[in-house]
Amino acid sequence: MRYYTDEHEWIEVEGDVATVGITDYAQGQLGDIVFVELPEAGAMIEQGKDAAVVESVKAASDVYAPITGEIIEVNPALEEDPALVNSAPEDGGWFFKMTIADPGELDKLMDEDGYKAFVESL
Amino acid sequence: MSDHDTEDHLEDLPLDPLPLDAWHRARGARMVPFAGYEMPIQYAGPFGGIVAEHNWTRESAGLFDVSHMGQLYISGEGVEAALEAVLPIDLSTLKHGNPRYSLLLDENGGVLDDLMVTRWSEGFYLVVNGATKWDDIAHLREHLPDEVTISHMDESALLALQGPKAFAALDRLVSGETPLGSLTFMKGAAFKLGGVDAWISRSGYTGEDGFEISLPAESVGAVADLICAEPEVQPIGLGARDSLRLEAGLPLYGHDMTPETSPIEAQLLFGINKRRRTQGGFPGAERIIREINEGTARKWVGLKLEGRLPAREGAEVFAGETHVGTVTSGGFSPTLGAPIAMAYVASEQAATGTALEVEVRGRRLAATVTPTPFVPHRYHRGN
Repeated sequence: MRYYTDEHEWIEVEGDVATVGITDYAQGQLGDIVFVELPEAGAMIEQGKDAAVVESVKAASDVYAPITGEIIEVNPALEEDPALVNSAPEDGGWFFKMTIADPGELDKLMDEDGYKAFVESL
Repeated sequence: MSDHDTEDHLEDLPLDPLPLDAWHRARGARMVPFAGYEMPIQYAGPFGGIVAEHNWTRESAGLFDVSHMGQLYISGEGVEAALEAVLPIDLSTLKHGNPRYSLLLDENGGVLDDLMVTRWSEGFYLVVNGATKWDDIAHLREHLPDEVTISHMDESALLALQGPKAFAALDRLVSGETPLGSLTFMKGAAFKLGGVDAWISRSGYTGEDGFEISLPAESVGAVADLICAEPEVQPIGLGARDSLRLEAGLPLYGHDMTPETSPIEAQLLFGINKRRRTQGGFPGAERIIREINEGTARKWVGLKLEGRLPAREGAEVFAGETHVGTVTSGGFSPTLGAPIAMAYVASEQAATGTALEVEVRGRRLAATVTPTPFVPHRYHRGN
């Protein structure tokens, strides 16, 4: 099941692990991405708090944790090729995998149709 | 996701549309507030995006709308002496038609703006920054005598065509008393461009060969269409304009120099013309002449950073544990594939090759003082 936030992150939930990235809309807004600063595996992050920073040619942008949990793994491919976030934002350009401390937090996020409608409203 | 270091938000004035506003939007431009206007930061389509637009300009030719900039015409009895009293320029060596870089300085030698001054038959044509143009006009009105008239050419638009193929594209479209090819870097003349009267100089803000084109605002849409119909040309937004000028080591007013910086600290000695360095007689002359002779405590230098993480404006610079300076412009260089920055650093740390560190979000990045331009200028200086 894939969820979306109004901060343009996606969360793919498989069992008790959530994979997190930014949406195609978000990468389009950011433009050419040259660096992604990822959290450390093992870090506890809280919903809504800074989790990563995306540097485009023009600016740095914060990525917030969509839910609370522990970072299990970060995408090693982004260090070599940060432009993966532009070319495959909702696939190979994922940011990190995390545990789901409170499944109730997921209920407040959007599904794909809800997010589509949200983007169209912007 | 939220930007914490985005485009300039220089003022909260209501945004007037520039003459090419609809033209940009029709090309899918993303418009952002800049200098009191909405301006295109980048375009949509296969050639759009900051890096693609940047590379297109370095390899072919890019059309920039810079109509936000202030175009002024200064004339009247005694205009030459009056301008020399407010600018550190030597107009006796400025030939008709040629633009020259100069600086608007306050009484302490702080930089109020940088500008281009061109001699026309009866007076002088000035191009000043968009964000500062209203303050500049007020400053000039206050400091120029009543006999001197300041006309704001607010019915003129300004385009820049920049890149190694700019000449080939523009040459097909212009006619004039002299061929376009007779202009070398920092020379200008009047031409017909698509049937429209245009003032064209061979100058720009990218480090490439190119032209700046002043023309009536009512005709700028048709002329922009005409230029973009040339196979070498794509429209280029503000984002690439910034990365191109940064690679070229060219300062951006309000960031790299401000009223808090002197032109000597900013390495803009060339903006203080030779005769004026000894004669003085311009605002802030005492401090500036002293700094020319004795040096400054800090200098504006280029930095190359290791890794891929860019350091932006405001990042602090260290030599070991000692804070030695601050980044004023920084970003990722598409041409070099690496982050570059400009910073004021203590003069004893300003020598080429000095190893420094720049702090970004608590992390220290290795940086080396590097001569600018980072990417060599390719101006057409003739033989």
